[in-house]
Amino acid sequence: MFGLEKKDTSLLLIVAVLTMFAPFILNPFPTDSALAQFNAGYPDLMQRFVIFGIFAIGFNILFGLTGYLSFGHAAFLGVGSYAAVWMFKLIGMNVLPAILLAIIVSGLFSVIIGYVSLRRSGIYFSILTLAFAQMSFALAYSVLTPITGGETGLQLALDDPRILGVSQTAEGNIPVPSLFGLEMRSTAELVVGPWEFVFNVGYYTSALFMLASFYLAIRIFRSPFGMMLRAVKSNQQRMNYTGLNTRPYTLAAFVISGMYAGLAGGLMASMDPLAGAERMQWTASGEVVLMTILGGAGTLIGPVLGAGFIKYFENIFSKINDNVLHGWFAFLPDGMEDFVVFIIHPFIGKGWHLTLGILFMMVVIFLPGGLVEGGQRISSWVRGRKSEDKAKGKTEPAE
Amino acid sequence: MTKSDVTRRGVLKSGAMVGAGVALPTIFTASSAAAYTNEPTGSSVTLGFNVPQTGPYADEGADELRAYELAVEHLNGGGDGGMMNTFSSKALKGNGILGKKVEFVTGDTQTKSDAARASAKSMIEKDGAVMITGGSSSGVAVAVQALCQEAGVIFMAGLTHSNDTTGKDKRANGFRHFFNSYMSGAALAPILAKNYGNDRKAYHLTADYNWGYTTEEAVRTSTEAMGWETVAAVKTPLTATDFSSYIAPVLQSGADVLVLNHYGGNMVNSLTNAVQFGLRDKLVNNKNFEIVVPLYSRLMAKGAGANVKGIYGSTNWHWSLQDEGSKAFVKSFGTKYGFPPSQAAHTCYVQALLYADACERAGTFNPCGVAEALEGFEFDGMGNGKTLYRADDHQCFKDVLVVRGKENPTSEFDLLEIVEVTPVSQVTYDASIFGGDLGTCNNGA
Amino acid sequence: MDAILLQILNGLDKGSAYALIALGLTLIFGTLGVVNFAHGALFMIGAFCSVTLSRLFSLSHKVEVPGETDFLGNPLKKDVPYLYDIFGESTGAAIIDWAVPLSILFAIPIMLAVGYAMERGLIKHFYKRPHADQILVTFGLAIVLQEVIKYYFGANPIPTPAPSAFTGSFDFGAMLGFDPNTIIYPYWRLVYFAFAVVIIGAVFSFLQFTTFGMVVRAGMADRETVGLLGINIDRRFTIMFGIAAAVAGLAGVMYAPINSPNYHMGMDFLVLSFVVVVVGGMGSLPGAVLAGFLLGVLESFASMREVIDLIPGINQVIIYLVAIIILLTRPRGLMGRKGVMED
Repeated sequence: MFGLEKKDTSLLLIVAVLTMFAPFILNPFPTDSALAQFNAGYPDLMQRFVIFGIFAIGFNILFGLTGYLSFGHAAFLGVGSYAAVWMFKLIGMNVLPAILLAIIVSGLFSVIIGYVSLRRSGIYFSILTLAFAQMSFALAYSVLTPITGGETGLQLALDDPRILGVSQTAEGNIPVPSLFGLEMRSTAELVVGPWEFVFNVGYYTSALFMLASFYLAIRIFRSPFGMMLRAVKSNQQRMNYTGLNTRPYTLAAFVISGMYAGLAGGLMASMDPLAGAERMQWTASGEVVLMTILGGAGTLIGPVLGAGFIKYFENIFSKINDNVLHGWFAFLPDGMEDFVVFIIHPFIGKGWHLTLGILFMMVVIFLPGGLVEGGQRISSWVRGRKSEDKAKGKTEPAE
Repeated sequence: MTKSDVTRRGVLKSGAMVGAGVALPTIFTASSAAAYTNEPTGSSVTLGFNVPQTGPYADEGADELRAYELAVEHLNGGGDGGMMNTFSSKALKGNGILGKKVEFVTGDTQTKSDAARASAKSMIEKDGAVMITGGSSSGVAVAVQALCQEAGVIFMAGLTHSNDTTGKDKRANGFRHFFNSYMSGAALAPILAKNYGNDRKAYHLTADYNWGYTTEEAVRTSTEAMGWETVAAVKTPLTATDFSSYIAPVLQSGADVLVLNHYGGNMVNSLTNAVQFGLRDKLVNNKNFEIVVPLYSRLMAKGAGANVKGIYGSTNWHWSLQDEGSKAFVKSFGTKYGFPPSQAAHTCYVQALLYADACERAGTFNPCGVAEALEGFEFDGMGNGKTLYRADDHQCFKDVLVVRGKENPTSEFDLLEIVEVTPVSQVTYDASIFGGDLGTCNNGA
Repeated sequence: MDAILLQILNGLDKGSAYALIALGLTLIFGTLGVVNFAHGALFMIGAFCSVTLSRLFSLSHKVEVPGETDFLGNPLKKDVPYLYDIFGESTGAAIIDWAVPLSILFAIPIMLAVGYAMERGLIKHFYKRPHADQILVTFGLAIVLQEVIKYYFGANPIPTPAPSAFTGSFDFGAMLGFDPNTIIYPYWRLVYFAFAVVIIGAVFSFLQFTTFGMVVRAGMADRETVGLLGINIDRRFTIMFGIAAAVAGLAGVMYAPINSPNYHMGMDFLVLSFVVVVVGGMGSLPGAVLAGFLLGVLESFASMREVIDLIPGINQVIIYLVAIIILLTRPRGLMGRKGVMED
């Protein structure tokens, strides 16, 4: 179906089902229970899951297929967000033109940076992309403040022109991003007993974009073009010796993945119309590298898993504080309770970085293929040895 | 190429169903009954404390969180009541807010606007917070303030010093108790002129972002009005850690005062570097070379150590103030945590109390009602003397402290001494000078 | 003229920190072939060795000061370091004053041990893994190390002053015949520069003039052949990792008085030092040192007022701009070898 092989179709369908039912899957705990802290089914985080998923899928097209490790990919995401917010300021609050412009602008930006950076390979390429991204960040934060808003970020204002829309709503507020009148923030709630599930327009918009991106990524992975990129990864020199110029292929991969980042940036701005310069800092670029490798570079689903993993920790673990801990362990005797809280304390709240760092190391040490390998191990353990090969075939790394 | 047995028609049908589900957002909506965002319906009300817990300002965030926890304790009737006893408004009774027990959730801003907004959104969307407060930089404050405006909750800014927060980026749902760059300049200039004379040549090093620009502008204008000359103003990157190459040329320029428009780690490093160069031992134009730091915080003073001795700056509040409010606050904070509170802790504590008080007086948690109660509210007994929450820009107007690094500190917290309490009249300005537009209050309904 | 001289001086000083960190990074990369993202963390740990030693020296007990009260109205208690009790007040104070230089002795064994433990416990298992995995695991380690430091020392910078003998600055201007006060430079920064030169010299002569160094260099060039000769090259490489960690650590120890150490100072230097290493050319020790000093000097020039007025924002981007220009004109950096880290 969709021009895909059977296993890819089923993978796409699984992802589609997971994203469509995410509001249920991510809210497994009743709202009033102590474990509700671990619920991730609220609009903002769900949006982040799929948006960073798009970002990581795009990054993986470059890194997973060609092996070129870009350390400045966040710049494209940042440029995309700025473009989208400018659309909201000048044209109107419809998200489609904003996202379109975000993709175009980041595409152009990646053509320039890619053209220059791809003249080198290996770590020299990484440092070139890093240098471009850091320059973009530094300038956006300071000298380019009139265009980027600098420290406070680019925001909407009541006196923006918005020629195809209104500058202010009837109540005197800034209008919110929408898709032909359907506001991104509008949300429906479904209450089932003690559970509460939230369905958000912005989330489903982003999710549809992600499914489209995922589908496109599968097509690229399975196409002759994808094969060519993999050949570049395994031995670029041999390709060159056969008289083939690999540069156009790698540049195309670079630009495609830059446009994915732009799409992610445009969607981020559509969900939350503000673009900050920190989005372009090297740490943000590093984050997408971590997501991809953590999930499993070169696999289709890995980057999405990695993105979810990191965003989950960032948003859920950072919010656990001692009060919450005391709530959980209130059933223990007093001395025990304090002791348990004391032991866990360094790893939650302000210590979430520590937990993340430890988990990174664990995953890399014990699961060289990333989370996808973990999944494979579990599934082969469940299915027994017979079907192991089959399970492996599904998400085999590109190499 | 179809190899799967799912029919095309079936997919279209399910796609259409999803589409219909998306297109009818209010079909299941339970919240449509609420009069405003996150209306508390149970026996408790949730406040969101959004402070930096990781990154360079983590210690400041930790102090803010301590203050909030203390405030919640007092609001719920625990502890000794702190400033609730000295606060001029007596609406708070120690039984929570409007009879509802105060609960709170915490989050990490990471001092990044994106992360701060993500954290605030999760508090609003997931935890049902009806007010967001905290933060330790203007970038974050402005970003979260805009978010709260959009979501329809109140934002009570934490430590944010840029003019923009209640200037060009002000919002109807946002309120700031902390002072700003303009006030720092206005308060500092007369003291500097008195101590250093009227014919000084100043050299500015300015952090290259919005807050740096407004601070430089404020100090420049007010010192130039006193007769000072500005020799040069050089912008330094936010990410700079070593300022030696910016400080080395200062003496060559013939300047005799160095103004460091830096905050946090930037200020600690630039001041340390400047003292290392021995600038303060030099004699230029037959005057002692001096250094000025427009915005001081205790944590910065602690980081710079002995280098702050004798250096002037301004601050929002200091624990050595001897009015009843400050004394009560220092006592309850000190008893609970073992050391005196910082100005960040003070402003956050006060903001929490002011919000609670406004809810009581308005008789509702509705952001528009609360905003109305805060606008033009005059109060006393919160440590800064008589204070006004100006309706035009939601900025507090109160006395500003000019402080100096102490020569002989008795402890690691006793680093600054108050030189003068600049009266509010001297730091008041016209609300229109920074532009911006409050817009109208949004309750999210 | 005097302004330019001053910035050259400044650049050399800035560059010496870059060069020291880049030297250690290149040592690890050249010997073990590992991209070590935790190298900045080693620098940070070095700086915190200074902090720890000065804290240890100032361990104190409380003595009540009669007649004075603290902020809560209780009797004021003053800290009296145990060293005062042991050595008397003046000697005790002098020891505390010299904590940072003394930390060098304290830091060398610690850093060697940290380096050894890191290589044996973690890095060893990653020789055969792709560079991406090495980056990820060392990055994870860097986060863990800095969070541990943050947990114990807080996020705020901790002032760690140099001995009072080194306060103030030296007037080069007067010496060279310029007006006084035009070219001044702090004593401690001069000490740092000299220290860096000594360390760099020591590392180079160690590699150049000792048998151990010779074997290591041979191993860097062709690990397999050296192994076939029956030499236990792995063991020597482990020791080199320890030495590289010690170089980074010492750079940190002496850097503590220049800028108050904080837990994220390693990350601040990390990206920069990678740029330095790559500009110098992967695997080239002289390249790393040269690039360190070059970028330091250029950064200093870019921060001159006259230059910023001419090209606004140049001080923000100079390092990266230079990196791009060098990498585009010289494909493998200043002195890189062919085929290293190019795939």
